[in-house]
Amino acid sequence: MTAPDETGTASGTVRPDARAPGSTDGAATLTVVRAGALTTVQDGGRTGWAHLGVARAGALDEPARLLANRLLGNDPGAAVLETTMTGCAVRADRDMVAVVGGAVCRVTVDGRPAAWGAPVRVPAGAVLDAGPALSGVRGCLAFDGGGLLPEPVLGSRSADLLSGLGPPPLHDGDELPVGRAPERGVPALPVAAPWPGAPAVLVLPVRLGPRDAWFTPGALRTLFTAAYRVSAQSNRIGLRTEGPALARVRDGELPSEGMVLGAVQVPPDGRPVVFLNDHPTTGGYPVVGVVAAPALAAAAQAAPGTPVRFVPA
Amino acid sequence: MARPAPVRVLPAGREALLVELDSAEAAEAFHAEVVRRRARGDLPGVREVVPGARTVLLDGLAGSSDADRGRLARALESWTVEPLHRAEGPRTEIRVVYDGPDLAEVAGMWGVAPQEVAALHSATAFRVAFCGFAPGFGYLTGLPEHLHVPRRATPRTRVPAGAVALAGPYTGVYPRPSPGGWRLVGRMEDPDRLWDPAREPAALLAPGTRVRFVPVEAHG
Repeated sequence: MTAPDETGTASGTVRPDARAPGSTDGAATLTVVRAGALTTVQDGGRTGWAHLGVARAGALDEPARLLANRLLGNDPGAAVLETTMTGCAVRADRDMVAVVGGAVCRVTVDGRPAAWGAPVRVPAGAVLDAGPALSGVRGCLAFDGGGLLPEPVLGSRSADLLSGLGPPPLHDGDELPVGRAPERGVPALPVAAPWPGAPAVLVLPVRLGPRDAWFTPGALRTLFTAAYRVSAQSNRIGLRTEGPALARVRDGELPSEGMVLGAVQVPPDGRPVVFLNDHPTTGGYPVVGVVAAPALAAAAQAAPGTPVRFVPA
Repeated sequence: MARPAPVRVLPAGREALLVELDSAEAAEAFHAEVVRRRARGDLPGVREVVPGARTVLLDGLAGSSDADRGRLARALESWTVEPLHRAEGPRTEIRVVYDGPDLAEVAGMWGVAPQEVAALHSATAFRVAFCGFAPGFGYLTGLPEHLHVPRRATPRTRVPAGAVALAGPYTGVYPRPSPGGWRLVGRMEDPDRLWDPAREPAALLAPGTRVRFVPVEAHG
């Protein structure tokens, strides 16, 4: 990852014009103009506390969060806004540079079109609006100067919707602390940023286990051959699917056991649920297999109705 | 004595192994063994150790190859695990007003008078076997089998924070208001102690903690 102090020379930077570097005292403030359907603060997540019942949280499209921060010269751990389908709009009390990435959308600054997926200048008091997703689901809004700075909980600024840790989902009018403008501006990266698009077909490589033995051989064939679709009931806890039910050879409850990110859990209705970042740390439904973490970014961008193929990994 | 415990190590993706034991007691002993060995530095690369009712999940083996996990799985299967020392681990006391809405029902299932529930429950040496459901919610074992009670047929839509509850082999204390199907026998005097992210550990009832419930009278 690009460290903030690797960030180019003065001539290679995009610097907001109307301020002297280092003149801002403390954090600046970001005001939520339009919160959207579900917008949360997310960083790299809260790992290491699962034994206390704490979910990992963190951005669902982690590559998008990392890329957005990299484009701004932020630390890789910087917190961003994650939007859901409808985007959001914010206004800052300082000049800033922001990146809107993840789900593709129309971007405006005070109503004028601005670049998607690249650093844009947002003057103090101007409204940065990330419109509804044109493709994908989760938008990512990153801000220079180290991103959003709500109080960390257990080492992370992420909102955990399952347990309510971290900052609550945004409401119109909320104010969030955001870092002061970086003294050296934002690096102009020569790379054309490769934002992954929303998947036309969500392909999820699955390794069987730990509880594949709870399912019939026919169910395992079904998992790897049937046409599933992303359910509209999906959320940050899990990607729910619609499709044929997986039949079990064992009835009854599984004594609660630890759950991993990407676990394909099969509840009593038989439709696989792929656990995403806010998943419970322990659960009582059998996990037929596990999707490798890198494939989950695409799951975060798969809109309801997207075909899902589970393939053996 | 020094025989490896009967364990099955199951795959859980590319970054985790799930160790399954024969009993709750064996799982608690195995978890204690993992914690001891990890503290000695014997399990580098294991980022999360998540105990369950009959299992211990070793997660966060990022960058491990199939061969690495295979070696670790064989090592886990060959471990000699010390029996669980119920006298070990941090200790905490929880003051409880035994006046829960299900107290009389539980007394009926136990075949005792309602006022005896507090004495029986508070005489038990509990231990946190694992956490889950919500941050700071511990599943406490130790209740003798004849005192196990089934969950309610219909869960309550709202259980208050601090409710002391029973279900199956477990006792738990709700760290915050939530729906719940366990049987409520009392309420913790100071439920704010259950979860404090500024404290280490954030959960009062972290796995391995020994717990005693102390009956107190209601104030006012």
